Amino acid sequence: MAVTILKERYTNSVAEVVLGATPEQGGTRGFTLTVGGEKALPFLHFEGKIPFPPVIAAEVADVRPEWNQALLDTIGPDVAGNPALWAKKAVTEWQADLIYLNLTGAHPDTGDKSPAECVQVVKDVLAAVSCPLIVVGCEVAEKDELIMPAIAEATAGENLLLGVAEQENYKTLTSACMAHHHTIIARSPLDINICKQLNILIREMNQNLPIVIDPTVSGLGYGIEYTYSIMERARFGALQGDKMLAMPIIATVGYEAWRAKEANASEVDFPGWGLQEERAILWEATTAVAYLQAGADILVLRHPQAISSVRKNITQLMADNSF
Amino acid sequence: MALTGLEIYKQLPKKNCGECGPPTCLAFAMSLASGKATLDSCPYVSAAARETLDSASAPPIRLIKIGTGDQEVELGDEHVMFRHDKTFYHPTAFAFLVDDNATDLPEQIRAINGLEFNRVGLNYTVEAIAVNCVSGDAAVFKTAVETVAANSPLALVLISEDPAVIAEALPVVKDRKPLINAATTGNYEQMVALAKANEAALVVKAEGLNALAELVEKVVGLGFKEILLDPGYRNTSQVLAGLTEIRRLAIKKKFRPFGYPVITFTTETGALDEVVQAGVYLSKYASMVVIQTHQKEHILPLLSWRQNLYTDPQKPITVEAKIHAVGEVNDQTPVYITTNFSLSYYSVEGEVEASKIPGYIIPVDTEGTSVLTAWAAGKFEPEKIAAVLETSGIKDLVGHREVIIPGYVAVISGKLEDKSGWKVIVGPREASGIPAFAKSRFA
Repeated sequence: MAVTILKERYTNSVAEVVLGATPEQGGTRGFTLTVGGEKALPFLHFEGKIPFPPVIAAEVADVRPEWNQALLDTIGPDVAGNPALWAKKAVTEWQADLIYLNLTGAHPDTGDKSPAECVQVVKDVLAAVSCPLIVVGCEVAEKDELIMPAIAEATAGENLLLGVAEQENYKTLTSACMAHHHTIIARSPLDINICKQLNILIREMNQNLPIVIDPTVSGLGYGIEYTYSIMERARFGALQGDKMLAMPIIATVGYEAWRAKEANASEVDFPGWGLQEERAILWEATTAVAYLQAGADILVLRHPQAISSVRKNITQLMADNSF
Repeated sequence: MALTGLEIYKQLPKKNCGECGPPTCLAFAMSLASGKATLDSCPYVSAAARETLDSASAPPIRLIKIGTGDQEVELGDEHVMFRHDKTFYHPTAFAFLVDDNATDLPEQIRAINGLEFNRVGLNYTVEAIAVNCVSGDAAVFKTAVETVAANSPLALVLISEDPAVIAEALPVVKDRKPLINAATTGNYEQMVALAKANEAALVVKAEGLNALAELVEKVVGLGFKEILLDPGYRNTSQVLAGLTEIRRLAIKKKFRPFGYPVITFTTETGALDEVVQAGVYLSKYASMVVIQTHQKEHILPLLSWRQNLYTDPQKPITVEAKIHAVGEVNDQTPVYITTNFSLSYYSVEGEVEASKIPGYIIPVDTEGTSVLTAWAAGKFEPEKIAAVLETSGIKDLVGHREVIIPGYVAVISGKLEDKSGWKVIVGPREASGIPAFAKSRFA
C-alpha cells in the first residue's frame, strides 16, 4: 500500500545569518559560521531544506563566575577566571562551534570593569581562538551602553554577535553594530509580538542589519513549556511568511538550566533525585533537546558533557530523512 | 476532521420517516454533526453507512490501554500537532528494557519500581517494564516474565517476534493486559490470534511507512484494532520524520492505518546520549519510549520534560492561596509573599527550604500568573496583598509585623506599608537570592 507522504508547503524561509569574518572579509576569524536558512520545521529534511546545523556556543565568563562548584571543577580551576584559556579549551577539547562571552565582570557588583578592560578581554579571547564570537554585556543597561559600543568599535569588521538589544534599549547597540559591521541579538520577554516589534524597530534604523532573536527561554521544569510553544509558533509563523519572525534563534540554555534546583541539589539533600552530576548534565542537555525541536539555531551551553551529547544529537538529526 | 451535516446526510436513507426524532433526515444529520444525536436512533441506516459514519466520528488516533488497575496506561487519542493548538492528552509512557536472561533481574526490577519522584509538589512515576527475549528460549522468557509480574505492579511489554515464545509467556500474565512486541509480516496471523485470545495489545512492526500501512490493514482485516505502530526506523532523524508523518496523516488526513499510538526504541548505548535521544521522541509524538537506563538521575529530567510538555497551555497550574509553613515555624518566623502560580510558589518554597531558616509563604491569588505578569495586569496590588495580610490569619501566627515582597515589585512597598500597617522588606528579585538574603537578615 503506497502511503502518500504529506508535506507542508511554506512560502518563506528563515534568514541566513553569517557569524564572524575572515581576513578577506575584514575580520581575523579562521572561519565563519552560517545559521538559519531553514525551509521546514526542525530537522524535517524530507519536506524542506535545513541547510545548516544548529551550532553550540560554549558560555565563557570574563571573571570566575558564581556557578555550581562541581561545574566549575569540571570546566577546570585553571581556566575559570581566565576567559582566553577557557575559550581555547572549549573549542579544542569540548568541540564547541563558537564562544559566548559573558561580561559579568563589568557589573558594578562583580568587578565593575571599565570599557577599556572589557575591550581587552574580548581582544584576548579573539586572539586565543579562531572561531566566531558572541559577546553580551552585564545586564545593567547603563553600563552596557558604555562597554558595548567600545567593544564594537575596537573589533570593527569582526562581525561579532553582540547582545543584547531590548525594546526599551536598542538604539545604542544597533548603531554600534551598524557602524562597525557586527550582528545583533534582539531579546524579547516571552512575547511574540514584542519580538516582532523589536525587529521592526531595529530594521527601521537599518534595513540590512542581520538579527538573531532571543525569545528568552526558560529552563526545564521552570516554564520551559511556555517558551517552547512561543518558539514553535515563532518558527511556524516565520515559515508561513512573517519576515519579522524569520530570524535565527539563540537560546541561553546553560544559564537557565543551571538556575534550577534540580541541577544543583546534592544527592545527600535529595536522595530521591539520583546523583547530582549527571542529573545536572541532563537537565541542561534535555533543555537543549527541547529547544532544538522548537527551532533554536544557536544553543549556549556550559557543561562539556552536555555539549558532547547535544552535539551527537544534532549530528544524528542532520541526517537525511526522506522517505 | 469531523464530517459536516451534509456529508453525513449523504449516508442516511433519506426516508424522512421522522422515527429518529427530528422530522427529516437532513435535520437528523445536522444533529449528528453537532453531537446532539447518535446514529443508533436511526432504524434504517445501512451497515455500510454505519461503518463509514462510525469511523469518521472516531478519534483520529485510537486510545489504547495496557496494564490494569492503578497501573493502567492510556496511549494515543491525540488531536493536534502542536500543544499550542489545544493540548496534548496522553503523556508518552516509558517502558524500561530488561533482558530475560539477566542474572540481576530482581535488582533491576527493584530499581525500576523505585523510579518515583517528587518535585514542585508533583509526583512523577513510570509506566512499564519491557522484557526482552534475548535468550531465544521460551522457558527462560516465561520465567523472566513471571519474575517481573510477581515483583512489579507496572504494565508489561513482552518483546519477541517468535509466536512460540510469546505463546508460552502470555497466558501467565493475561490478567495484566500486556503489550506484545511485535507482529511482523512473517508472524502476524499467529500474533493476532494470541493477542485476541489473551486480550493483549500488539505492536505492528514493518520496515517503512508503506509496508506498515499494508500490515496494519491486514491486522485490522483480522478484526483486531488494539494496535501500536512501529515503522522500523531506528536512526534518530528517520524516527523523528516517521513519528511526524504518522501523526500528520492520522490527524490531518484521517488516514486510518496510522490512527494508532507509536512505539519507539532508543539505540544509544551511553546513558546520557540515550536520554537525549529519548528526549527527541518524547518531544515529537512518541506514545511509548522503550529505554534502558533506569538511574534516577537520568530519568528525572525526562519525566520533568514530559510533565511540562503535557500540561494544558490554557490552564496555568496554581497552588492554594493559603499560608504555607516551611520548617519549624514560630511566632518570629519571617513571612514571604509570592503569587499562586505554581512555578513562582515552588521556586520560593525550594529556596526558603534551602536557606534552612523557617518561613511562612503566602501565595496571593493572581489567577496563576507570575510576579511580574500579575503586577503588570493589576493582580498583585498593594490593596490585595494588604487584604491577604489582614484576613489570612497570619496575624495570629506571628508576633511581628514584617512582610517580605519579591524584589521585582519593590515599587509597591510604600503603598503596601500605608495600606497594611506592616513593615515591608524588599526581598531579592529571583527566588535563588533567598538563601543569601535570609541568612544575612534572619540567621
